[in-house]
Amino acid sequence: MTIGLTEYLTVAAIIFVIGTFGIFVNRKNVIIILMCIELLLLAVNINFVAFATHMGDMAGQIFAMFVLTVAAAEAAVGLAILVVYFRNRGDIAVEDINLMKG
Amino acid sequence: MLPVISFYLISAVAIAGAFMVVASRNPVHSVMFLILTFFSAAGLFVLMGAEFLALLLVMVYVGAVAVLFLFVVMMLDVDFVEMKRGFFNYFPMGFVVGGILLAELVVIGASYFSGSSNAPAPREDGLSNIEAFGNVMFTDYAFFFEAAGLILLVALIGAIVLTLRTRDGVRKQNVTDQISRTRESGVEMVEIESGVGIGE
Repeated sequence: MTIGLTEYLTVAAIIFVIGTFGIFVNRKNVIIILMCIELLLLAVNINFVAFATHMGDMAGQIFAMFVLTVAAAEAAVGLAILVVYFRNRGDIAVEDINLMKG
Repeated sequence: MLPVISFYLISAVAIAGAFMVVASRNPVHSVMFLILTFFSAAGLFVLMGAEFLALLLVMVYVGAVAVLFLFVVMMLDVDFVEMKRGFFNYFPMGFVVGGILLAELVVIGASYFSGSSNAPAPREDGLSNIEAFGNVMFTDYAFFFEAAGLILLVALIGAIVLTLRTRDGVRKQNVTDQISRTRESGVEMVEIESGVGIGE
């Protein structure tokens, strides 16, 4: 019995689904939504590395590193926006974000 | 047998952690579970032979991103009990979307991988993971590497610009004023006649 590509893809798919689920369920808390986005990107990374190992091609791991970079940048900017938003509104509920009346 | 056991153990922990990130009542606990999930994912990376990425994941995510999250969660003074109130209102919606997504992934995976062999391809060149990684990254993907650095720079500047604020009524040192002070502007020589003083 060996662990192949399918098992890793299954784990990544489950984590991805949990992340999506979390974005839909947590409508009050932006921080949880940001964490769910991190979960989605983590699932993508697991897929990248799984395929890189399976196909013996290093490019997958390189792209996993780029995804990691972008995820870190996204977290920094997202949390900065969150801090500014909290400073202006005193609240971070997603439902009440209607400053731009969109 | 050991890799199989560790795979199932680690992925079970990862999935449970990911679920607790979503379900946890307290955002601080959510961040802790996020850290747990990232550690488990690093374990999965090691099992897949990507040791460098595993260490990178621990350093970047656990060392920087998760601490950033923790910092923001603890800094914002938000009523978190109030926040969870609508959890079950959105539960069916999230459940439907998650179910559809899972079904799609299962269908795609089943149709794509049925029949094909599943064993990972071994490395035949005998390089360690980090050597192979560097060989590819600094040759074929050198420009992408530079672009990644630019992205980080933009994020750095953006985060600072967003959160920087100038407040009124704060007494600050004015360095330019202090440095540009000369003897002439700072000292005044006064001739005082004896017995008269400087009154009037």
